[in-house]
Amino acid sequence: MAGEERDLKVKIRGVTKTFDGRKGQVIALNGVDLDIYNNEFICVVGPSGCGKSTLLNIIAGLLEKTSGEVQVDGKEVQGTGIDRGVVFQQYALFPWLTVKKNVLFGLKIQKKSPAEMEEIAMKYIRMVGLEKFADAYPKELSGGMKQRVAIARAYAVNPSLLLMDEPFGALDAQTRTQLQTELLKTWEEEKKTCFFITHDVEEAVLLATRVIVMSARPGRIKEIIPVDIPYPRDQETKMSPAFTDLKNYIWNMVYKEYLEVAE
Amino acid sequence: MNEKKNKGADLISKIPKWVWLLLSLLTAVIVWTLLSLNPTTARSFPNAIKTFSSAELMVRRGVLFSDISSSLISAGIGFLLGFVIGVPVAFLMAWYRPVRFIIEPWIQFIRNIPPLAYVPLVVISAGIGRKPQIIVICLATFLTICITVFQGVINVDETLIKAARVLGANDRILFTRVIFPATAPFIITAVRLGISVSLTTLIAAESTGAMAGLGMRIRSLSNTFETEPMLLYIIIIGVIGMLAEKILKYFERKLTSWQEKREI
Repeated sequence: MAGEERDLKVKIRGVTKTFDGRKGQVIALNGVDLDIYNNEFICVVGPSGCGKSTLLNIIAGLLEKTSGEVQVDGKEVQGTGIDRGVVFQQYALFPWLTVKKNVLFGLKIQKKSPAEMEEIAMKYIRMVGLEKFADAYPKELSGGMKQRVAIARAYAVNPSLLLMDEPFGALDAQTRTQLQTELLKTWEEEKKTCFFITHDVEEAVLLATRVIVMSARPGRIKEIIPVDIPYPRDQETKMSPAFTDLKNYIWNMVYKEYLEVAE
Repeated sequence: MNEKKNKGADLISKIPKWVWLLLSLLTAVIVWTLLSLNPTTARSFPNAIKTFSSAELMVRRGVLFSDISSSLISAGIGFLLGFVIGVPVAFLMAWYRPVRFIIEPWIQFIRNIPPLAYVPLVVISAGIGRKPQIIVICLATFLTICITVFQGVINVDETLIKAARVLGANDRILFTRVIFPATAPFIITAVRLGISVSLTTLIAAESTGAMAGLGMRIRSLSNTFETEPMLLYIIIIGVIGMLAEKILKYFERKLTSWQEKREI
């Protein structure tokens, strides 16, 4: 699938991360190699503690790697940058700002003209269907709505790479399906490169062009599985045999990892 | 049983708040009057009429207003200084760990010492008059404000900082648009606690060598057993505290209405 002719977006080589734990050093990532191409939707699954969040934080520039190479668009990652947007599991909305002002936060830093900022902000608020709540504060919103705002906020600064750290992990099943469908639609339109972490194998297969299974202790990539199910996909895609086969295959692999961690 | 309870709760919430306040006040006056009638407590609790009419006496002596203004000035300046020093120190402690490791133990140590204990020491160096009062109040409010704001800064949700960073915020923007607003509720709480501390410390601060002031006057009235103006002065201190609290609550509601949790 990953043909050489496609543009390389993220190049990860031999990335290792160790933390100083109470019982000595903990190896969170051990020699991770990964290529992410433009317009890909990468989903990462694996047991907790496999370092998937650590990897995301390193790509985002929120965490320093211990060794190795991480390049985005051919440039070594040094700190955060607005070319990489992040959506967190805990929404991370600024509670003292309204929905619109949250979405404007990054735009204001870029010092765009007020009219332009307004236009961009409203475009993405409309994209996530919250135009009626533009002036509401986060505390007035449900979890799903909060995550929609966070997604709009990340989109507004127009990053070329979207990093999502279990964005739907805290939502109820119904809201999660809804947001998956919305995200799929948005991605199918813009094909913005996504690096999406989840512990839900079904979600991963539904969204991804490739699923990455990570193993724990120490965290490394176990297998990369291309998902050859054509887009557009929707919730019905989950019923197809190709989908269930792939889901079961990945689920078994992840389950083995869970068992190993549990031991 | 449950229905009965609900009906009771209904009735309670139907009565407006100001009526409750009035009832509370009325009850206080009744208890007060009972205390003034009881022979063992009558000397400490002269009745309300006697107490409030003693205001006239204090005005005639030309001390009532100067006492109030003197105390307000001392408490006000002391509080302001404590605030102006306390807030930046709190941020420094949160920002630079060495600063925290050096200063935090001092704060915890001094906080447990009643100000009354060190007032004489301060007076020996600072002399009598307003200066030692301001120093003592400043110290007490500084400790309270600093510790409260510090807690606020270190409790700022780390994902908010991360979110701001990935949206392009530099250190300055991070401070002004994230850390500061996130800490605002704690700063307001710190101001409330600080005002309360500045009033409670006032009495200790005025205990030695003050020329005027509510605390100083209460002490001097105790020498002559004039319980009516004493009680009046105590009430005045309480009223000042309550007014300050009410004003702050108002600002708190305006400034931090975005908060999920609201204390009652």
